[in-house]
Amino acid sequence: MDDIRILTPTDLGTLIVELRTSGFRVMGPTRRGDAIVTAQIRSVSDLPQGVGDTQEPAEYRLHDRDDGAYFGFAAPAQSTKPVFFPAEEVVWRGRRDHERGGHFTVERDTVDAAPIALLGVRSCDLRAVQIHDQVLSARHFRDAHYTARRDGTVVIAVACSHPAATCFCASLGTGPRPAAIDPQTGQPSYDLLLTEVIDDAGHRFVAEIGTDAGRELADAVEAAKGTETDRAKAIEITDAAAARQTRAIDRDNVHGVLKASAESTRWEDVASRCLACTNCTMVCPTCFCTTVSDVSDLAGESAERHRVWDSCFSADFSYIHGGPTRESTTARYRQWITHKLSSWQDQFGMLGCVGCGRCIAWCPAGIDITEEAAALGRMSVLGSPASAAMT
Amino acid sequence: MTDAAIETATRPKLAVWKFASCDGCQLSLLNCEDELLSIAEAVHIAYFPEATRAVVEGPYELSLVEGSITTPEDVRRIHEIRAQSGTLVTIGACATAGGIQALRNWADVEEYRSIVYAHPEYLSTLDTSTPIASHVDVDYELRGCPVDKGQLVEVLAAFLGGRKPRIPTYSVCVECKLKGNVCVPIASGQPCLGPVTQAGCGALCPSYGRGCYGCFGPQDSANTDSLTRQLTELGMNSDDIVRVYRTFNAGAPEFSAASEAVAVASSTVPAGGES
Repeated sequence: MDDIRILTPTDLGTLIVELRTSGFRVMGPTRRGDAIVTAQIRSVSDLPQGVGDTQEPAEYRLHDRDDGAYFGFAAPAQSTKPVFFPAEEVVWRGRRDHERGGHFTVERDTVDAAPIALLGVRSCDLRAVQIHDQVLSARHFRDAHYTARRDGTVVIAVACSHPAATCFCASLGTGPRPAAIDPQTGQPSYDLLLTEVIDDAGHRFVAEIGTDAGRELADAVEAAKGTETDRAKAIEITDAAAARQTRAIDRDNVHGVLKASAESTRWEDVASRCLACTNCTMVCPTCFCTTVSDVSDLAGESAERHRVWDSCFSADFSYIHGGPTRESTTARYRQWITHKLSSWQDQFGMLGCVGCGRCIAWCPAGIDITEEAAALGRMSVLGSPASAAMT
Repeated sequence: MTDAAIETATRPKLAVWKFASCDGCQLSLLNCEDELLSIAEAVHIAYFPEATRAVVEGPYELSLVEGSITTPEDVRRIHEIRAQSGTLVTIGACATAGGIQALRNWADVEEYRSIVYAHPEYLSTLDTSTPIASHVDVDYELRGCPVDKGQLVEVLAAFLGGRKPRIPTYSVCVECKLKGNVCVPIASGQPCLGPVTQAGCGALCPSYGRGCYGCFGPQDSANTDSLTRQLTELGMNSDDIVRVYRTFNAGAPEFSAASEAVAVASSTVPAGGES
């Protein structure tokens, strides 16, 4: 939709008020201690204005910025994943019913929450939401809670102008400027796309309209009309952001490389560094594995079934009768990266990685998925001798 | 028998035993304020000197054992307790790993005994502090210094329900991430044992911006070599790294081996010295 608007910082505040007045729970970036996290935004003052970040393998630091930017940072510590897919939730509750001969009465937990407005979501994380939509909501058995939470979401995306050293979305085609259309569904990716511009002409947001709902929001805050020149400026900013990215994954070949690397000697090397701590999977915006665990009280009167995030890096994850099928960290790392960069494609028709770089920054051992993929590529080309069978 | 007496007789008998320890894990049981009455209704508290002088004779369906084995008398007594117990659960770092007192395993007990005590000849002690499972079969080990009361209640509920306790063996990192904590070592550079430590405390220290001290012992897939490299990168010297591995769970095999690897590496004489 060729409709460009210009929002001032004051308009951004009005936009938040407008969303909240309309009944949305606004979720966006905010500073909490040593990091920027995704949390509820009650007013424009909750946004991390004037805060920047640097991210390196196993290192994340905040610093002050002198330009007053509201979105002058890269991927927050956690993505929007917990907004629609919380770390722990009750699936059902059961109570012993003595009037019915001690049988259990089961109550299903239902989601009855306000619709979500994602404010300031980056292209990588928005793509991750689209991937989750496919995994959790578009297949024969839909995740009821996820689908209910996603219902009526408004997306105010922000094009990324400040990628970190850990970012590689450009190489995967998932950013820094989001695609206007979700390639899987054909639906608009966002209602509004903001690009923050700070130059001699002032501090403003170039707003591109994605939907009628987005246009109504722009109208509601009485955003000024923009021009194609403004859009060109916005594209210039994201082009520069893409050009600054130093890490990359070879999108065309990675699927085949992983398929050919099942017996690579690289797995022992990476396993010697991997802590099997699960951090990469917990911060990954697309990792969706969960387990269910039941809790009961001492008297056996009530019970609950909880669904909790789980990780393919824990021994219990693959535990079946007789023991875990992936006993070694070697096997677990291979499973994770192969799923992300190869078998996800076979399963869902897309890669499971969006290039946000969180698994690099938040790995205490600084393991770099782009470096591991590149090393596997080099070794498979060289035709490395097959390693011994892994268990 | 009265109805009350019959009812008491049908509940499983619980005994709580103490070896070398600070009593903190037993106190965790007494600290189960909201659940304590339910526990007393579900089991017959038959032997628990920390709470009551009343003693009911064994055998006991469930024994909770706190503390480590440090004397010849301990060795005799734990075998007796094992013989009297249906299910034996060890609670806390002392009982499951030897506790802080396992530091004696790297020291000369004779030497400090003679320095500390006026009449060392009165003492009868072992050279080592060892976990209960080094001496008798243990049905379940509950970690922590002290144990987490929620996990303790879970173990009791699981025993009563005849099911497996829901006690995860993954790392503290999982608890941090489930709670939405920001990673302490990565965002602030403080050393943290979380990646090699078993969950269970609810990521207590990291929730307050401090690194993990490893109170719950090694997680099921601890890679201490990798963590040692990371601690070094964060600026810790070898002596400090040895100390962080040698606290409440110094005697846990993974932490013990990690501390010894660092100690050996730091004492290695450079090329040209002694071989």
